[in-house]
Amino acid sequence: MFDRIREKLTILADAAKYDVSCASSGSKRKNENKGIGDASNGICHSYTEDGRCVSLLKILLTNHCIYDCAFCVSRKSNDVKRAAFTVDEVVELTMSFYRRNYIEGLFLSSGIFKNADFTMERLVRVVKKLRLEERFNGYIHLKTIPGASPELLTEAGLYADRMSINLEMPTETGLKLLAPEKSHDDVKKPLGFIQDTITQFKDEKNTGLIKHVPKFVPAGQSTQMVIGATPETDMEIMYSADQYYKDFSLKRVYYSGYIPISHDTRMPVIGTQPPLLRENRLYQTDWLMRFYGFDVKELLNLKNPHLDTDMDPKLGWALRNLEQFPVDINSADYRMILRVPGIGVGSAKKIVQARKFGRLRSDQLQKIGIAYNRAKHFIRCADSPYLLNEPDAPHLKNLILAESSSKYLKTAQNQLSLF
Amino acid sequence: MVTYVFDGSFEGLLTAIFDSYDRKEKTVDLVCDAYFQPDMLAEPYTVDSDAVKAKRVWAGLRKKLSGQWSVMFYKVYLSEDPQTFKDLFNFARYIFDNPAGAESNFGNPYVMAVTKMDKRVNREKHRMKAFIRFQKTADGMYYCPVEPDFNVLPIISKFFKDRYADQQWIIYDVRRKYGLYYNLQTVEEITYDFVANIDTSKVVLPVAMQDEKEELASLLWKDYFNSTNIPARKNMKLHIQHVPKRYWKYLNEKEGKN
Repeated sequence: MFDRIREKLTILADAAKYDVSCASSGSKRKNENKGIGDASNGICHSYTEDGRCVSLLKILLTNHCIYDCAFCVSRKSNDVKRAAFTVDEVVELTMSFYRRNYIEGLFLSSGIFKNADFTMERLVRVVKKLRLEERFNGYIHLKTIPGASPELLTEAGLYADRMSINLEMPTETGLKLLAPEKSHDDVKKPLGFIQDTITQFKDEKNTGLIKHVPKFVPAGQSTQMVIGATPETDMEIMYSADQYYKDFSLKRVYYSGYIPISHDTRMPVIGTQPPLLRENRLYQTDWLMRFYGFDVKELLNLKNPHLDTDMDPKLGWALRNLEQFPVDINSADYRMILRVPGIGVGSAKKIVQARKFGRLRSDQLQKIGIAYNRAKHFIRCADSPYLLNEPDAPHLKNLILAESSSKYLKTAQNQLSLF
Repeated sequence: MVTYVFDGSFEGLLTAIFDSYDRKEKTVDLVCDAYFQPDMLAEPYTVDSDAVKAKRVWAGLRKKLSGQWSVMFYKVYLSEDPQTFKDLFNFARYIFDNPAGAESNFGNPYVMAVTKMDKRVNREKHRMKAFIRFQKTADGMYYCPVEPDFNVLPIISKFFKDRYADQQWIIYDVRRKYGLYYNLQTVEEITYDFVANIDTSKVVLPVAMQDEKEELASLLWKDYFNSTNIPARKNMKLHIQHVPKRYWKYLNEKEGKN
């Protein structure tokens, strides 16, 4: 008797796993009604054997779909088993997992059946039931279905913590190549609508006139781009991400290395290794933009349209801008300390605090936790030896790479460097 | 250097700090009695835990440290680590002997030692929030045995109380032989007696004690865990880094994998 529900879950979890968004943080929903759950933490409850975190029950409501996007497993023309959950099944599954502390909440997406509104309405029904009938305050990430009516999107936003729509391909050209029925404008419209509504609710709250302004998408919006299915440069990808961060105040852009799932000749063939290293470099760049004060143009530009494969983008930037180094740990401002390869946000903050008590030496820096072997080439501290001539960039690069071992060297890479 | 032997309690640690000022002994080697090995040459000083002295030291620390740091001091104590007891002792002395704000001197070895252990305790606390897997019992209770590296139950209690406000639950520390029980109103500390009818050395409850839907829930979770994996991206090193093997026996999705 378990077989049917087990089969459904297997099919609909398998179809949802290519959406890499996993965040369960950023909301501040509390368990105030003595119901169940809260959404203010961000906890990864498990990790799959591919090393990705499992934080939400990530499923599709159905993998039936009227679209035929070449990069998607659920495309109309693909010969796969189809299934659909009922609203009650999703609610029961979510509650049963949540009560046992397996998950932080629900990530609900869906193939498009009939039309956008019909699909969106079903998704809303699930979240509404969870919130109102089950008094569930856990995290809910809901997919915005492009083309759904503003009324449905507004209703969805009142129950969801985060909403997202995927750009799928980093550029319009790429998208048109693989999904001619779709366009980035279909994504921009609802992203913009929800962002405007978020602002509107915030403004209402700020006036102080209304006592209880309900939460509206408190954890904001995110999007995802598939990397390596189409021939965009890293520059095009990150400029696109930067634009979306700015235009729609997105909380996250996810980069998903394309995993070949089709014999379509427009894309990498089945069996091709997913571009994991490239994906990693893009995330590093994303972090530098969001937490390290870098402008995307400093990291990628017409002179350097691709990220280095043999070193991370922060080291790459430092080697291209050696005139800005060495940085004196005891006098430089926080902004510049943050730019030193081998020093992260936590260590940079500690350094700025600690140096008020006296000039810092290298042994103290090591204890604070910086990657000293890397950073030492770019800094001066109280006990730094005096150097007659500073090493040049190629020399320094060899020196650092010889000392470090990349975790990617052991895995097969069929990504070739262009130069 | 004089050796102080204390009983391992928080009160004892604070009393030791009090006594070191009282006895005007600056450099002290603080040892927990469980680890103490007598030395022929030096006469140790035995710290008698004293609630009044401890209270005074704690009040003093709280006055000198920001709120976040006094919480941290207690959290770090929960590591139950012999070296950390010494670090906390020296850290407290460093804080008392210097003007307010000294805790942000990350160049100081004691400040850094406490900061680092805080990170480790927090990680363990976070892991317990993540890795606890409740089993629903036939009488509607949610039960989970655990074996955390550090004694983190006191600092996860509020989290579970707030989150699972409408269900009764038990979290039992198998190694330290005590647990938490939420009775829908408050969280009580429980001893071995409370779970006497359960064989706590076994992770999975016997079928007779399980709720009728428990088996299906666990099965579906395992199905989900396997289906959401992408074999083309397999990375066991990363997997084990995030879910160290010592936790596997308590995770139903990893059942039979170790």
